[in-house]
Amino acid sequence: MAVTGLKQSERAGPVDTADGSSDRRRRVRRSPDLATKRRASLRDRLRRDRALLLLAVPGVLVVLLFHYVPLLGNVIAFKDYQPYLGILEAPWVGLENFAIIFNGDPYFLNALTNTLVISLVQILFVFPVPIAMALLLNSLLGERIKRVVQSILYLPHFMSWVIVVAIFQHMLGNAGLYNTWARHHDLFTVSIIGEPSLFIPLITSQIIWKDAGWGTIIFLAAISRVDLELYESVAVDGGGRLRQLWHVTLPAIRGVIILLLILRLGDALTVGFEQIFLQQGAVGLEASEVLDTYVYNRGIVGGNWGASAAVGLVKGLIGTALVLGANKVAHIFGERGVYSSKD
Amino acid sequence: MSTSTMTPRRPGRGKLVKTIPGMSHSQRLRAINGANPPGIPMRSVKGLVLLIACLLVILPFVAVISTSLADQAQINAAGGYVLFPERPTLAAYEAIFRGGVVTRATVVSIGVTLVGSALSVTVVTMLAFALARPGTFGHKPILLMVLFTMLFSAGMIPNYLLVKQLGLLDSYWALILPTLVSGFQVILMRGFFLEVPREIIDAARIDGAGEIRILTRIMVPLSKAALAVIALFTAVGYWNAFFNAVLYMSSAEKWPLQLVLRTYVVDNSSIGIDLPGEYIPPQQSLQMAILVVSLVPICLVYPFLQKHFAKGVVLGAVKG
Repeated sequence: MAVTGLKQSERAGPVDTADGSSDRRRRVRRSPDLATKRRASLRDRLRRDRALLLLAVPGVLVVLLFHYVPLLGNVIAFKDYQPYLGILEAPWVGLENFAIIFNGDPYFLNALTNTLVISLVQILFVFPVPIAMALLLNSLLGERIKRVVQSILYLPHFMSWVIVVAIFQHMLGNAGLYNTWARHHDLFTVSIIGEPSLFIPLITSQIIWKDAGWGTIIFLAAISRVDLELYESVAVDGGGRLRQLWHVTLPAIRGVIILLLILRLGDALTVGFEQIFLQQGAVGLEASEVLDTYVYNRGIVGGNWGASAAVGLVKGLIGTALVLGANKVAHIFGERGVYSSKD
Repeated sequence: MSTSTMTPRRPGRGKLVKTIPGMSHSQRLRAINGANPPGIPMRSVKGLVLLIACLLVILPFVAVISTSLADQAQINAAGGYVLFPERPTLAAYEAIFRGGVVTRATVVSIGVTLVGSALSVTVVTMLAFALARPGTFGHKPILLMVLFTMLFSAGMIPNYLLVKQLGLLDSYWALILPTLVSGFQVILMRGFFLEVPREIIDAARIDGAGEIRILTRIMVPLSKAALAVIALFTAVGYWNAFFNAVLYMSSAEKWPLQLVLRTYVVDNSSIGIDLPGEYIPPQQSLQMAILVVSLVPICLVYPFLQKHFAKGVVLGAVKG
């Protein structure tokens, strides 16, 4: 029988190793015959767990094929890949493809600068919005109003970027709802769509429109865990709402804020690919090219496979290092680390 | 991983409930601050800010839906877009569902979404179930393998080359398979399975149930809500997926709705929507009607998502 006698708290890693020697305490609690079961031979364990293993097979195959095999595909960053030759036949060129990163290629530098500027702007202007909105929502007294407002503000998060960009164009575009209405009434018009110099404000406002409401969830969850006695103490001591906010609410969500900020910094090289890709045609590449779109435009459109794979690889490596580093920093700050997923 | 250091404080289980049961957080806060209500000006400013935020979200949707229902005369009178359709007509919808590009794209999108999410949830559930039993053969390496995928992505070029090598270019499978299993889904699902008390599983096994029976008769029914939420999130993901279609689908007749939306509504390019000889609704109405079609499924599942997602997101953030 496959009773392993393991506790639910399997997250304490060492328990599920075969020898289990690092976990003596648990071992003692286990009945002797189970302990011998744990030492069962490889073949016995295979036979014992074969049903579970079979269930895992499709998922494992998909993960291997679509997450790990592409990693191998990165070898073309070191090759002169041409579609008609194939990956294996393409000649090795060493680090030649990586030269583009260091030799001051203007298109690459433009993409890199845009990425960093957009990231910085987003951290400055997008990041605080959900925090402010969560505090505002929390201070709303009526529970029902709060819920209605939440349902409205969360909705855009579930729209695809195509929908969001389409809505922005048809609302704010030159021939869009607002401008036709404003012209009709002789009011001022806006020309934010298709204007290269206003591209960054445009995509920033789109992100706020789409995701700021959704972003409040995690802060609202943190706020809802605040011990109300703390508010009571402030009130008893004669402190008003501002003092409650400053001495109770903000300290309570400080941890989440720091954690999310660090993680956002770790993601600095990734700025909304689909969102930007959709709007490149209108504003041109100089204003809108970022690293991810550069890889697409240069590699898949331009046929410069090796160089763009090299850029993608370096970006991926730096990105992973940043995320891991950010997680470490979060731990140092005494917060729970989160290995965020990219969605 | 970092999970061992986490001790999530669950809302509703702390001291809060002990003090004043049955009251919501803000009700309790109001009780505390009863003697000290916020001033009228402050309240109106807050209310106004939130009202504007809500209007900024709602108004575009109202305009989109209204314009999709408007006729040429009204669009001409309004100068392009309509906020309140006076004589609502379904002409635009009839036109796009006459069997042209949009009809086909809608069918493609529905098919990819249904097949994709059904497959995805099945495969993820099976893998998550297998990984929810620590101590089994290969448990740790497989779990690490799944967790590791959340840290990196191979990049666009290798992914494209893989799909090409597999001969999936221009095949619907290219829209389904690459995003079939994500580490996040597996870890989330596994988290729910781990919460099922061990005793139930042991009892079932003593009664002679095999693993598959345990999965289908115990785990799945017990985690129904979680499964439904993950399935809906997956479905929304497939429905909204756009860039994979740009990369992999070269023939326009296989495009999903998002790509048609991009071509016709974002780029304003013609896609041969209008059939000659028949009444052609105004372009704005057609465009907005396509937009509405792409919105409808999301709005349909939104209430269900909303009921559960706060929990899911918080759980995801804690357990991820």
